[in-house]
Amino acid sequence: MGDAPLRVRGLTVSYGASPAVFSADMTVAPGAMTAIIGPNGAGKSTLLKAVLGIVPRVSGQIEVFGAALERQRARIAYVPQRASVDWDFPTRVIDVVEMGLYRRVGLIGRLTRQHRATAGDCLARVGMSDFATRQIGQLSGGQQQRVFLARALAQGADLYMLDEPFAGVDAATEKAIIDVLKSLKDEGRTILAVHHDLSTVPDYFDRVFVINKSPVAEGTVAQAFTQDTLQQAYGGRLATGLLDQLFPATPAAAAPAFPARPS
Amino acid sequence: MIDIGYNATLVAIGAGLLGIAAGVIGAFLYLRKRSLVSDAISHATLPGVALAFLVMVALGGDGRNLVALLAGAALSALAGLGVVHWLNQRTRLGEDAAIGAVLSVFFGFGVVLLTVIQTIGAGRQAGLETFLLGSTAGMLRADAWVIAAGGALSLLACTILRRPMTMVSFDPEYAATQGLNPARVDMAMMALALAVTVVGLKIVGLILIVALLILPAVAARFWTERSEVVALLAGLFGGVSGTAGAVISSLAPDLPTGPIIVLVAAAVFIASLLLAPQRGVMAGALEWLRFRHRVHMRQGLLALAHGHTVYEPYTMRLLRGAGLIRADGVATEKGRAHAARAALDERRWQHLRSRSENAALAARYDGLTPVETWLTPDQIATLDREMTGSGGAA
Repeated sequence: MGDAPLRVRGLTVSYGASPAVFSADMTVAPGAMTAIIGPNGAGKSTLLKAVLGIVPRVSGQIEVFGAALERQRARIAYVPQRASVDWDFPTRVIDVVEMGLYRRVGLIGRLTRQHRATAGDCLARVGMSDFATRQIGQLSGGQQQRVFLARALAQGADLYMLDEPFAGVDAATEKAIIDVLKSLKDEGRTILAVHHDLSTVPDYFDRVFVINKSPVAEGTVAQAFTQDTLQQAYGGRLATGLLDQLFPATPAAAAPAFPARPS
Repeated sequence: MIDIGYNATLVAIGAGLLGIAAGVIGAFLYLRKRSLVSDAISHATLPGVALAFLVMVALGGDGRNLVALLAGAALSALAGLGVVHWLNQRTRLGEDAAIGAVLSVFFGFGVVLLTVIQTIGAGRQAGLETFLLGSTAGMLRADAWVIAAGGALSLLACTILRRPMTMVSFDPEYAATQGLNPARVDMAMMALALAVTVVGLKIVGLILIVALLILPAVAARFWTERSEVVALLAGLFGGVSGTAGAVISSLAPDLPTGPIIVLVAAAVFIASLLLAPQRGVMAGALEWLRFRHRVHMRQGLLALAHGHTVYEPYTMRLLRGAGLIRADGVATEKGRAHAARAALDERRWQHLRSRSENAALAARYDGLTPVETWLTPDQIATLDREMTGSGGAA
């Protein structure tokens, strides 16, 4: 015990000479859902990518389940922000999910019937079984996001890292994704997601990591998701109405409704 | 069976193997969107060929050893590749500009060297200019072996690397999280392209080898939505082009092998472009005509149902052709029945779409597809009851 799923020490990342993330320390709690929040350009996605080695680090130490990242690759699954691929690429939905198995299958190992069944199960879990043989460009944005989640599921990882999984998806997809994430949590897996919609943080997540280039606060939603830390991170960039909505001034007054959102 | 003689058979087999290897590797280059890099590679071989010849002559040989010439080609191609990579990574030049610069400079330097060779080694220059467009006239059994072995090794490497190359091509960031190094996978891919280019110099020549890398891949893309099938089909198309081109060129004297191979590959490409069932040009045109037909038919029927006059000539022709209106534009009995059915279908859709619980079904509304396509007769009966209940049906 005692090996946190992810421990980051002194992480600094820079594009050119200006640091995008500066001296970040982070410890992700096991079996919880943690949101990384912060204003635009605060380095949320960069933090995630630097941890995974997609973006080079200037300095910093990464430990995954108590060991070096390279030895623990198999235990991490990553769901990128839905955008960066060529949607006309000749690949079908099921082929994308099977890419999540390649590491396990090896370079030249054959995909067995069992592997294909696993891929099919993962697709079913995100509610996309009907689309298995479609070319990925023919899906809607939300459906594409679910396919990427299914690919991550196929890895059978213990730590799931997601980059803005709910950005620009429809309500049905948001629900499907959050259901899958919660079921992963119930299986004891750890989830770390970059998240931009502050109004859903208390509903979806257990813990938050607030960052604006360097860390601002870290802890449970009750501890760290406060008016104080948000103001510190966002400065004047928060819409004035939003803080009042998130933190009603007087508890006695009828709580204003959260922004409408089908649950 | 046509008897084309020993040398031509050798050439046909060699060209077929080369075509398979070039097709498969070209498919991965195409998936990675790096096809044109192969053009820089091939043009950058020329100075290497010339320098290798000069070195061999200086050492007292006759300078015709194919393996040594190809080794020289590989080294200078590698240098060209390195310069493209450096320009692209370390300067503000894009890859396209880097390719253009390297291609022309290396090729120009190579031509200068060829001229020098012509003046100093008069009579002995061993026809180095055949490397430009390929020449199969004097192909030896040993040459065929070099080509066969090179092609087979590249194919084997491609099989082993197919998953990393596909993953890096599709989603390099995700590939990196899976422990792959995209830069290294790219390098391996370029090394394979280089190998097949060098091997193909003798048959197709350095100016045209790029066609054998690109054409089979883009032709294959028309037929499938799966990357591994693209690679296999590209190999098939490449092999067929190589063999067929070599055989055709052997049928008449003085037909150049390399250019004929490229023309056969181009024919395969054009046939794919036109005829492929889903992505082809003809399929697309047919699809558009069918769609237009459905739109006009539906709108014409709805106009009839609402008693509007149809003005559009194409719609009129359609309705008249189907016997739904008379020459003067008045609906026939059959026309009225069809129009009523279309109007009812539209009302059903409207009712469906007004209910939020039908969101999934409502998303399928395109103004063309009858609701019966998606609902069972029972469901439609329920729908109709709901509509009369809420006063929806008139």
